Amino acid sequence: MAAITLSDVRKVYAGGVEAVKGVSIDIADGEFLVLVGPSGCGKSTLLRMVAGLETISSGTISIGERVVNRLEPAERDIAMVFQNYALYPHMTVRQNLEYGLKNRGMAKDERGRRIDEAARALEIAQLLDRRPRQLSGGQRQRVAMGRAIVREPAAFLFDEPLSNLDAKLRVQMRAEIRRLQSALRTTSLYVTHDQLEAMTLADRIVVLNAGRVEQIGTPMELYERPASLFVAGFIGSPAMNLVPLAGGSAQAFDNLPAALAEEGRVLGVRPEHLELTDRLAGEGEVGLAMVVTSVESVGAESFLHGALGESGPAIAVRIPGYSRVEPGVRLRAVAPRALLHVFDQTSGRRAA
Amino acid sequence: MQTKRTVFGNCVLPYLLLLPQLAVTMVFFIWPAGQAVWQSFLQQDPFGLRTSFVWFRNYERLFHDPNYLNALGVTVVFSISVAVLSLGLGLILAVAVDRLVKTRLYSALIVWPYAVAPAVGGVLWWFMANPTIGVVPYLLRLVGYDWNHALSPTDAMIFVVVASSWKQISYNFLFFVAGLQAIPGSLREAAAIDGAGPVKRFFTITVPLLSPTSFFLLVVNTVYALFDTFPVIDATTKGNPQQSTTTLVYKVYQDGFIALDLGSSAAQSVILMLIVVLLTVVQFRWVERRVQY
Repeated sequence: MAAITLSDVRKVYAGGVEAVKGVSIDIADGEFLVLVGPSGCGKSTLLRMVAGLETISSGTISIGERVVNRLEPAERDIAMVFQNYALYPHMTVRQNLEYGLKNRGMAKDERGRRIDEAARALEIAQLLDRRPRQLSGGQRQRVAMGRAIVREPAAFLFDEPLSNLDAKLRVQMRAEIRRLQSALRTTSLYVTHDQLEAMTLADRIVVLNAGRVEQIGTPMELYERPASLFVAGFIGSPAMNLVPLAGGSAQAFDNLPAALAEEGRVLGVRPEHLELTDRLAGEGEVGLAMVVTSVESVGAESFLHGALGESGPAIAVRIPGYSRVEPGVRLRAVAPRALLHVFDQTSGRRAA
Repeated sequence: MQTKRTVFGNCVLPYLLLLPQLAVTMVFFIWPAGQAVWQSFLQQDPFGLRTSFVWFRNYERLFHDPNYLNALGVTVVFSISVAVLSLGLGLILAVAVDRLVKTRLYSALIVWPYAVAPAVGGVLWWFMANPTIGVVPYLLRLVGYDWNHALSPTDAMIFVVVASSWKQISYNFLFFVAGLQAIPGSLREAAAIDGAGPVKRFFTITVPLLSPTSFFLLVVNTVYALFDTFPVIDATTKGNPQQSTTTLVYKVYQDGFIALDLGSSAAQSVILMLIVVLLTVVQFRWVERRVQY
């Protein structure tokens, strides 16, 4: 087990494209850190640099006390779970688990002990003599995890390990990964593009955008105080309502403090913080008027999608239960002023 | 996997659709093969004036003919050498392309020999290896080896093996490159993280995963060495010296078209056909089963 430190890590490809533009992250020993961002943000590149599968253009990466920049993947004492699992198709499950141990010259009975232990933890004991081809997606995923844990490495690296599973299995494996990690307390770096995965798994989340760190924080910090417009729009589902205060869109609000209502600001409020009402906003509240354009009911909750004022920016409101609101209806909604987010339009950073 | 079955309302149509393929197989395979089998039971004088039915005498004579048994041995050595050399070099070149030299020009240059007609390739090699005027004997003399494939059976065998493999290397190279590219990069990466060095990765991951490709190429190369090497041998050594490079297929030609012993020639080609059938069955029954995942 070990801490992982990235300091000012950059990746420049031969063509001059800069995929990672100076990223510094400290991952504590035993921490579960999730790298999240849209595709092409450099998160996988960063993970592969930690693994030793990509060279580091500048900056340093250290695992424990060692700087690993020039070490081979095998010498870094890490294990990786790949998106496509990368199980060796010509070997049985047992041989798959054993391969890394054999290469390191581990004694036979120690190998057997570790494989049995991992197989028990992942409930794959009955699959040990099968080939990967004979396994379901979920079982392959377990074997891939097993191959990582038998090694008892200093850190686990996960490269979007759940994205090839169906929705139900994904939720189940997510819980399982979380359970295993908290039992083993092995430092983990996990890459995903799914903010829900990030929120549910992480001790801390790193939001990456275009090769830069947007924000590092616990899931709740990111949810409650997004540092930028990008994070505000990325974390939370459905996404935060973001209304640029320009061209008179401020008129659709009521009780909006003058200090906030400056041109060039972007006002943000989460759909789940808006409450439908037929009154104007009271003390400590901000209200808005909207026209409903569509309604999505999923049973336990419903989402009203509409336009601010008459035809302003899109606004979504979450309401509990089933909704009978028809498209075309005019509504009012209020939110506590404390749950309002204000961003600067030009810099994209949080203003208040 | 479920295969789609088409049901025809008209019972003539399916046969009509099959007819062109059946006609081709009939005219170019079944008919000549049948002729060969019939011919192998006959004995004919060189002018085709008298023909007599001799049962299995042509076959009996063959297996008592030291020249034929010699050709059998030559063929075994020749085929194995061609398969090993062309598969080995093809694999080495493909790995080089997959790993090191990613330029298209390099790949194109390796594929070129395949576009050269076998007889032309043979003549090319004949010039290069000619003991009097060739560049290969000249270079070998510089290092102290006196090359003469017209006199030395060993030199002659090496010569035809190299000349026959040359073209086949390109073919094998193409398939190996495709096979290598079909192996997901993440498997090699996983193996690298699992502590296997490049050489170990090659032998424990790449080679086993290439085995379906290798098996296919083994069948193709064996059949190539048995049948398609006739033009190369004809253009280079003509089976000489002392019949040391007379393979079975070359002997079929010599006995049939030079010596005009059509009965014996037909018997030889029937045996050759049986050998190939046997080889293919063996390969598919025993080898292929072990290379599928």
